[in-house]
Amino acid sequence: MVDYPLDLLALQVFAGLALGAVYVLLALGLSLIFGMLGVVNFAHGALFALGAYVGVFLLGTGWNFWAALVAVPLAVGAAGLLVERFLVRPLYGRPVDDPLLLTFGLAYVVVEAIRIVFGKQPEPVETPELLAGAVFIGVGYFPLYRVFLIGVAALVVLALWLLLERTRWGLILRAGARDPTILRVLGVDVGRVWLLVFGLGTGLAGLAGWLAAPLQGAAPEMGVPVLAEAFVVTVVGGMGSLLGAVVAGLLVGVTYSMTSLLAPEMAKVSIFALMAVVLLLRPQGLFGRPGGLMA
Amino acid sequence: MLEVEGLSAWYGASHALQSVAFGVAEGEILCLLGRNGAGKTTTLKAIMGLMPRRAGSVRFRGEEVLQRPPEARFHLGLAYVPEERRIVPGLTVRENLRLGLIAARNRQDEARALDRIAETFPRLRERLDQQASTMSGGEQQMLAIARALMAEPRLLMLDEPSEGIMPVLVDEMFDLFARLRRDGTTLLLVEQNVELALNLADRAVVLDQGEVVHRAAAAELLADAEVQARYCAV
Repeated sequence: MVDYPLDLLALQVFAGLALGAVYVLLALGLSLIFGMLGVVNFAHGALFALGAYVGVFLLGTGWNFWAALVAVPLAVGAAGLLVERFLVRPLYGRPVDDPLLLTFGLAYVVVEAIRIVFGKQPEPVETPELLAGAVFIGVGYFPLYRVFLIGVAALVVLALWLLLERTRWGLILRAGARDPTILRVLGVDVGRVWLLVFGLGTGLAGLAGWLAAPLQGAAPEMGVPVLAEAFVVTVVGGMGSLLGAVVAGLLVGVTYSMTSLLAPEMAKVSIFALMAVVLLLRPQGLFGRPGGLMA
Repeated sequence: MLEVEGLSAWYGASHALQSVAFGVAEGEILCLLGRNGAGKTTTLKAIMGLMPRRAGSVRFRGEEVLQRPPEARFHLGLAYVPEERRIVPGLTVRENLRLGLIAARNRQDEARALDRIAETFPRLRERLDQQASTMSGGEQQMLAIARALMAEPRLLMLDEPSEGIMPVLVDEMFDLFARLRRDGTTLLLVEQNVELALNLADRAVVLDQGEVVHRAAAAELLADAEVQARYCAV
């Protein structure tokens, strides 16, 4: 076995955290939607790609990266509102595979629509000037953009935590994940809560897509591998657990990044192996409790 | 205050309520009696709007609400404390109470409402920041009732509030119901404890197999051993 200098390993851990930051954003949305609505959103990867392409489109019309960073989650979230209102809502009360099949099909529609509008070729996305270059982080130089990625994910996690723990809305969400019926009895229009949760979750997917675009460019099928990995994250963390989404997102990112250094051909397999081990030891995931949405 | 007419409801294909009719007058306590499975819980659920298949008429404060969702009925002043209490786990006592006012039109009065509830329920006052699920069954029941009272409902429906609760708490609870009536809240009470319920209530409606089989003043039914034995014996 080759000896790796410690600082290289440390940098690789950071690379894993940056990758994990994208997973965290995706898994948070998946977990919110599953925890509240009981819907497994297979269109999440396609909405991730849609986020990247909405950004590409906005750049093409003269917007800059930062304006797009604000507009993309709003646009994809708005698309999510329409999807919930007109496609998912009629399926509540049906078996769990009905919305699953619907979102599965929707993913194909979205990806195909992207291909029709933007073509099949990937679109390169430049790192914004302000975030180009590298920064010294104690153990070595690290791409500034990836530090930014970790920072944005941390901000989103903080904002979500404040929303859940400190606001009236958050109380409705925490109660609604456990007992929507009692909320209705107490006068809450639960349908509207679910609509907004779906919009929030899909908005986060769009944000993740636009943030990932400078790393890998935008491609119509960019959401496919990412969706599989995001599902691994939600399963490892525990379906519906937001803390689980954060911890498992970073864990999966670091696992992937470390194995790509030490045994590159094992990188893809390693995260599924991690999932298998977690499922054997804790079938409900690291932080999962049946039927609970937790901050 | 509440007029129920020809109310039917179904669980799947089975007919759970068959043309139930009764009224609750403002300021009274009406108790709904009957054996297990007679349709008492289903009646409350149908009045609250929680039965997906229902027919007939439910008029509350002059408005037909049969086809309206539970949240609309809440806003008209209807409150419901289900049998299973439905204290939300993972939330504190205070958070559970806040839920009672979270959608109400007067929700900015939260501090005042919490004070009022803490006065009525001294047991909850010291436990406001405790996890609600760590309290005893009786305290959780008190919390569920307190939560329903946060929004100052006009009619409070209670499904077997005394079930599985220490007698001392049951007495406290029934004192509270009498006080609520005095203060102008109307109560619709489902109870297994027939004697206790009839001693408190003004009138009683007896259900059997999803139909109303008897209506009487509470005092009258209390003295009627035959009807009690036929329809209310456990």
